[in-house]
Amino acid sequence: MPTAKIRITLKPTVLDAQGAVVARALQSLGFEEVQGVRMGKYIEVELEEGGDTQARVDEMCRQLLANPVIEDYRIELE
Amino acid sequence: MPIGVVIFPGTNCDQDTFHVLKEVLEQDVRYVWHAETDLQDLNAVVLPGGFAHGDYLRAGAIARFSPVMDAVRQMAEAGKPVLGICNGFQVLLEAGLLPGAMRRNEGQRFVCQFVHVRVENGDSPFLRACLRGQVLRMPVAHGEGNYYADPETLAGLNASGRILLRYCTPDGTVDPVANPNGSVENIAGICSAAGNVMGLMPHPERCSEMILGSTDGRLLFESVVRSLTERRPL
Repeated sequence: MPTAKIRITLKPTVLDAQGAVVARALQSLGFEEVQGVRMGKYIEVELEEGGDTQARVDEMCRQLLANPVIEDYRIELE
Repeated sequence: MPIGVVIFPGTNCDQDTFHVLKEVLEQDVRYVWHAETDLQDLNAVVLPGGFAHGDYLRAGAIARFSPVMDAVRQMAEAGKPVLGICNGFQVLLEAGLLPGAMRRNEGQRFVCQFVHVRVENGDSPFLRACLRGQVLRMPVAHGEGNYYADPETLAGLNASGRILLRYCTPDGTVDPVANPNGSVENIAGICSAAGNVMGLMPHPERCSEMILGSTDGRLLFESVVRSLTERRPL
């Protein structure tokens, strides 16, 4: 059964306040090498065999899973 | 014709909104379940606050696909007032009836407090009982109220008077210290290009009676009622 693994993050132009807070926390713990943190969502979608899976999952992301106004998404099929 | 108050599973400000419209403003009002598809009997519709469909995925992301949203869109296109309060604003953004998106509050905390907002456009059908520059005191209660729009969209909103409310200090100064959630340009409320769809994060239904500490929210509902009555002779 194919699985789509989807990673959703805020667009680089949109301030990721949550990521910034986590980055500061890491730095204050002594991880001075931390240059930045981007937080996001990870979603796994289990699919039936067959069909144009890539295009269908892309459509799922655009319609529901991601908000294209502020978010980017990456799809990995397995 | 009644004003509708939409209930999605997880909406929790429906009774407060209904109460203000019915008891304080003495309007004809009815509840609208989210599965309804025909709202032609309504004069105006309010999407109240809450956590529609649990706010799973993103606030408003699931609610925008509720059956009632097609009918809400038709009302918007027909020029009838559509008001989204807090979660209702988030739903209108996800549905594309208003531009932009909500992010988590900048401070990562749910904010629940009284704020001040400045009326930026007193000609709006939602604010015509107010004067431009008037400061309203209203409560907010949200975790995702950090409004975002890209610079191009913002420029368009500014140029066309579609930014209706901005967070401000009690004396009406728009300043970052008065911004409870990190919203771009202190934006607390906007409207559609045609002006008949409004979304705002503060809760006017929680400040329409003196016993609740402020009656400023009433001005917003009174504006809607006034715009409905003024439109009738046309």
